[in-house]
Amino acid sequence: MIEKQKARNIFFSVISRWILFFLAAEIVFFSIVGTNFFSLNNLQNILLASTTVLLLATGETFVIITGGIDLSVGFMVGFSSVVCAKVMVELEAAGLSQAFAISSGIVAALLLGLLPGWVNGVLVARLRVPPFIATFGMYGIAYGFAEIICDNVPVHNLPTSLGSLGHGYLFYWLPGKTFSFLSKPENLTRLEMKNLVSIIPNVTVITFVVIGIFAFVLARTKFGQHTYAIGGSMTAAERAGVNVKAHLVKVYMISSFFASLAGVTYVLRFITGRAPAGSARLLDAVVAVVIGGASLYGGTGTILGTVIGALIIGVLEIGLVNLGIPTYNLYIAVGCILILAVLVDQFSPELVRRED
Amino acid sequence: MDKMKPLLEVRNITKRFGGLTAVDDVDMQIFPGEVVGILGDNGAGKSTLIKVISGVYHADAGQIFFEGKPVRIDNPMEALKIGIETIYQDLALAENLNVYSNIFLGREKLKKFLRLVNVLDHEYMRDESKKVLNQLEIDVPSLRNKIRTLSGGQRQAVAISRSIYWNAKFLIMDEPTAALGVVEQKKVLDLVKTLSSQGVPIIIISHQLHDVFSVADRLVIMRRGKKIAERITARTTPDEVVGLIVGSLPGDYERPDHNGNLASKPA
Repeated sequence: MIEKQKARNIFFSVISRWILFFLAAEIVFFSIVGTNFFSLNNLQNILLASTTVLLLATGETFVIITGGIDLSVGFMVGFSSVVCAKVMVELEAAGLSQAFAISSGIVAALLLGLLPGWVNGVLVARLRVPPFIATFGMYGIAYGFAEIICDNVPVHNLPTSLGSLGHGYLFYWLPGKTFSFLSKPENLTRLEMKNLVSIIPNVTVITFVVIGIFAFVLARTKFGQHTYAIGGSMTAAERAGVNVKAHLVKVYMISSFFASLAGVTYVLRFITGRAPAGSARLLDAVVAVVIGGASLYGGTGTILGTVIGALIIGVLEIGLVNLGIPTYNLYIAVGCILILAVLVDQFSPELVRRED
Repeated sequence: MDKMKPLLEVRNITKRFGGLTAVDDVDMQIFPGEVVGILGDNGAGKSTLIKVISGVYHADAGQIFFEGKPVRIDNPMEALKIGIETIYQDLALAENLNVYSNIFLGREKLKKFLRLVNVLDHEYMRDESKKVLNQLEIDVPSLRNKIRTLSGGQRQAVAISRSIYWNAKFLIMDEPTAALGVVEQKKVLDLVKTLSSQGVPIIIISHQLHDVFSVADRLVIMRRGKKIAERITARTTPDEVVGLIVGSLPGDYERPDHNGNLASKPA
C-alpha cells in the first residue's frame, strides 16, 4: 500500500516536472534539426531574446499567485524605456557626464515605474476594483503617457557609452591566451578579435540576479508565504493577521518594478526608448507563468517554473527562426503548449504524503 | 462550579443592525473547563453574539469581562491577543498551504539565512505542529500535506490545533460539525472533550442538537435576540430544548443580580 503510494508519488512528481523535460526536448530537437543551434552564441541569444518575457513573467508570477493579474506591464515596459532614454538624452544634452546621465536614467525609470504599481495595488486592494480592469486601465494610461513623454517618436541619440554596458558580456575569453572580466581585453589583433569568446551578456546577468533574488523571496521568506496564503484564501490570511491590503499593494509594485526593469534592459539592448516596446510580450509573459504551473485562480506557482515557461517560448521562437519556419507558427505552438500545460495540471492529482 | 470565577462574562450585550436588534441585552458566563452550547433557531442571534465576543462586531451596549477584568474587543486581533480564538464554519485555512504552514500562518517562525535575511524555519514549525497534534491526539498522515488533501474533520482538527498552539484560553466554535460525515463528527466532538478536559472552556454553536447534548455541560437558549433560558445539559431533554427554541415553551431566564451572580444559577 505504502509502496504503491510512493511509486505513485514519484510518478506524479516526475509528471509535474514535465515542463523541464519539455524544454530539454525542445533544445535537443532544434539542436539536431537546426543548423548551429546548439552553440554558445545561439543559446546566449535565446537568453537575451527572452529578457523581456523573463522579467515580466517573474513579476506577473507574484500577482497571479495572489489570484490577480497585471495587464499594465505590457505598456509599462515602453513607459519605462521612454522615461529611461529621455532622462539620459536630456541630462547628457545639459552637459552632464555620460555615466551620470546613464545611471540617472536607470534610477529614474525604476523609481517612476513603481508608481503605476502602487496605483494598481491601491485600486485592487483598497478600492476593490477587479485586477483585470484596474491594470487594463493602467495599460492604456502608461501607453498614453509614454507617447506624451517621447512626443510620438522613438528616443534616439542616447549616450554612446551605453552600448558597452548594454552589449557587453560578463566574461571575455581568448582561447589559450587571456581571460577578462566585464571589458574586452585590450590590444587585440583583428584575428584575435574574431576568436574572442564572449560569455554571458550583462543584460542576462542583471536579469537572472534580480529574478534569483525574487525567487528566494517567494520561496523562502514570510513575504512569499503570505503571497501564497492570500492566493489560497484571502479570508484565512486576513484572520491570521496578515495585512492583506498592504501586501497586495507591494505585490503589484513588484510587478511594475519588473516591467520597469524590462524597459531599462530594452534601452540597454536597443539603445533607444519606444512607447510600444515590449507590449507584444504581455501575453507571452502570462503564458510563461501558466506553463510554469501557476493557476489563474491563485495560490500556486513558482519562479523556477515561470523561468522554464519563458525559456520554452524563447527556445521555440529562436528555433523556428533557425529552421526558417514563418513565425506565425509560433503562435500555434505556444497556444498548444499553453493548453497542454493547463490540461496536465488539471489531471495531475495532489501529492499526498503518508509520513514525514 | 459555584465558587469558581467565570473566565468570560458578558453583561447586557446589545447589538443592533439598523432597526433590527440582533442581540438584545444578553448576559452569559463561562467557567474554566466548561463547554457551553448556544442554541437557537436561525436569526436567534447566536452568531451575532459570538461575533461580538470575537471582535468582529462592536456591541452597542454592554460589557465584556475576561478573567474578571473588563476588556474592550474592538477587532479580531484584540480578541486573539487576550486569548479568545474563534473557529468559524468556513475554518479559514489556506488550502494551498500545508498543515504546519496553516498552524503558523501570520505568526511564522523565522531563522537567519547566512546571517543575513530571515527565512521560514520549516523544521521548527513542523516539529511544533506535530507536538500540538499529538497533544490533541489528532492523526494527520503528514504535516507537509496541503489542506486541500485533507478531509473535513482533519481540517477542523488543524483549525483547532492552530488555536490551541497559540495558547487559546477560550475557544469559540461555530457549527464545528456542520459539514462533516458521521465518523468525523464524532472525532471532532471527542476533540472538544479532550480540550475541555485540558481546561479550555469552549462555546459551541450548532444546529445539531445531538452534538451539543453530547459535549456541552450547559446550554444557553436564545430566541429573537434574547437569552430566554439556560439549562444544565444533564437536567434537560432535547424535547424541552426544542420547545424553548421554537417558542412552544415559555422562556424562564432570570436576570443576574447587581453583583453579576445569577440568582438561580444552576449548580
